Amino acid sequence: MIASDLKAMTPVMPADIAAKAAARMGDAVTMDEDGALVVEAAKLPALVRLLRDEHHLNYLSNLTCVDWPDRFETVYHLCSMQGGGQVTVKVAADKARPIVPSLTSIFPGADLQEREVWDMYGVRFAGHPNLRRILMWEGFAGHPMRKDWREAYYEQDQKPLKSRWPNGEFFFGEDTLSNWADNIKYPTGYAAEGLIDEGRADNNIAVIDAAALKLNPDIQGDHVIVNMGPQHPSTHGVFQMRLTLDGETVMDLQPVMGYMHRNHEKIGERNLWLGNMPFTDRLDYLAQLGNEWGYALTVEKMMEVAVPERAEYIRVIMAELTRVQSHMWGITFLLNDIGAFFTPMMYAIEERELILDLFEMTTGSRLMCNYMRFGGVAYDLPPEFMPMARTLVYDRLEKAVDEMDSYLTNNEIVRERMQGVGILPPEMAISYSTSGPVLRASGVPYDVRRAEPYGIYDRFDWDVVTRPEGDIFARYMVRLGEIRESLKILKQALAQIPEGPIMGGKKAWQIRVPAGQHYGRVENPRGELGFYLVSTGESNPYRYHVRSPCFVNLTALAEMSKGHKVADVVAILGSIDIVLGEVDR
Amino acid sequence: MAITQPLPLLTPEQMAEGKTGENGLLVGTLEMAVNWARTQSMWPALFGLACCAIEMMHTQTSRMDMSRFGMELMRASPRQSDLIIVAGRLSRKMAPVIRRIYDQMPEPKWVISMGDCASCGGIFNNYALVQGVDEIIPVDVYVAGCPPRPEALMHGILQLHEKVKLEHLDGWRDRKGGYGLRVG
Repeated sequence: MIASDLKAMTPVMPADIAAKAAARMGDAVTMDEDGALVVEAAKLPALVRLLRDEHHLNYLSNLTCVDWPDRFETVYHLCSMQGGGQVTVKVAADKARPIVPSLTSIFPGADLQEREVWDMYGVRFAGHPNLRRILMWEGFAGHPMRKDWREAYYEQDQKPLKSRWPNGEFFFGEDTLSNWADNIKYPTGYAAEGLIDEGRADNNIAVIDAAALKLNPDIQGDHVIVNMGPQHPSTHGVFQMRLTLDGETVMDLQPVMGYMHRNHEKIGERNLWLGNMPFTDRLDYLAQLGNEWGYALTVEKMMEVAVPERAEYIRVIMAELTRVQSHMWGITFLLNDIGAFFTPMMYAIEERELILDLFEMTTGSRLMCNYMRFGGVAYDLPPEFMPMARTLVYDRLEKAVDEMDSYLTNNEIVRERMQGVGILPPEMAISYSTSGPVLRASGVPYDVRRAEPYGIYDRFDWDVVTRPEGDIFARYMVRLGEIRESLKILKQALAQIPEGPIMGGKKAWQIRVPAGQHYGRVENPRGELGFYLVSTGESNPYRYHVRSPCFVNLTALAEMSKGHKVADVVAILGSIDIVLGEVDR
Repeated sequence: MAITQPLPLLTPEQMAEGKTGENGLLVGTLEMAVNWARTQSMWPALFGLACCAIEMMHTQTSRMDMSRFGMELMRASPRQSDLIIVAGRLSRKMAPVIRRIYDQMPEPKWVISMGDCASCGGIFNNYALVQGVDEIIPVDVYVAGCPPRPEALMHGILQLHEKVKLEHLDGWRDRKGGYGLRVG
């Protein structure tokens, strides 16, 4: 089903709302030069409630923190499901004892994002139910994103591993060091045994009985905690799910991540502005060109560079090809998870290889393209691109989608495994800040390309695909529909693409971004990818934050999984379609 | 049919003849036969870390078709596999896990470090990542690239085959410094 989408709705005007809310709240709220609302910590929940209930800003798009020399500043970006831009709310926290009220009671989607801020910056969120480290391990000393945290290996006086060949003899690092090397300082009085606390419900080792978890008292027998992952074929990489089971039924689920964490954001603050471009490829490595576009778009907004027509078309073509190949991968991996092992993948990857060929002939690389630049793209399309792209888009891919549809959609096993499993009601999908196919499969017609059009998406004729059911099958159908919509956009873009230059602005080896900040977002195959960038006019970003759709979508995983069997959890995780490079960053 | 007379010892010339298979039989060492068998059905562990895992999966699918080399089975359990392709960056949080997976694999076992991150840290050179998987487990073949193309991975696998063909039957553990003996 394709719903009539956001065309009829009136998008909210962030500037008006901010002014109105500031007037209502009195002295507690002021507006800064960027139009953001700066609020006292104690009044934050009241302001956010006001924005949510009276101004339809019911979607917490992004939550992060900036370490300024005199304060920590937590930043919230709120959007409306009616479309339009976002309202920024900022709260200053004391440098010595940073405490900010938690928003988890208003927006449950803040859960994992607040844990990340605690882990990386050490800002405490009062009232958060489970404020523990999320990307680093328990026992890690310090908060790495703080500006005064000295990075081991790079900023310490002596390298912990001087040579792996001290006397011409090879040795393994593990023999001389602990697994985490001596990069780690344990707090005084730290004991590993202390982590095993019999009374704690989130304990990962002890077997916990029903009473301790305050679960259904009628259920007799022990609940068993099972760790799925990080090495497990169903987890799409190195993701861990800590399941509390009653027999085969899932009573509780906790996502554990960080097994691929490399602190992309810290590297981003060290790099030059353009130097971050190849790193964005490695975020969501199934949607390389989408990530690049998100970053390029945000910096272009800050620099106020115009992009030439031809480059805009090339970007749309590349982003939509990325979406097609990514959704094909996503669908077939979901089928892998429900038991159709590898056969659907063989079909989908055949098509995917052809799209990767297009990327390779244009950018020089299959996966890590490093193609977009601020103000355009790096290279023009080669002459053989257009004939091959036309053949693919007009003839081949459509047939491939129809073939997939005819083989899979009405398959009895597929229906049995997918329908009615992992249901996410629309209100919950919004309050948990889910995005992309997960949100649209719950019947919410929200797509950044339509809600806050970027590039030239407002010129094309296409629909936002939604399904009302909110189960796994709906997510599968939304992805299938989105491939078709992408092909529709691609046909128009390939027909309309003009000749002309591919780079705008003036040529510069080293770009300067004016001081300021911007939250830019694009609709990636997995949802809303946001970049929150702060510039102080230096040659590198002062703050570089990535709002990862997979990471935020995982917040709702526990709610979707409760009450289902273990085998269904695998399928539910597959239907979110996570990419660990982006979850852990 | 019972053999009534003892088989005569073969002269070098006859042995050379035997190697060509003209007499219907092949002569070689047991080592050669075992190593040949090992290279022709090497089962990799189904283990992907990051971007390189995508290229690793491309290597298995129709265009590249890794099963030409007897490798179509990726085993989800390390206990059933004898090759681990470390495809992607290895964080310090993941390092104890990968060591455990390696220890769980039965011997003999081999390791391919796929891509720059696994080989030397790649572009992610900071505190959160292990700068090369060889700090944790012994690596047999390094494949360069970020990520390596599927062809490059297949080249790495064929290099490993060449290496395995030269191995001796005994003393496997000693050559690896007794590392196989550890239990995780």
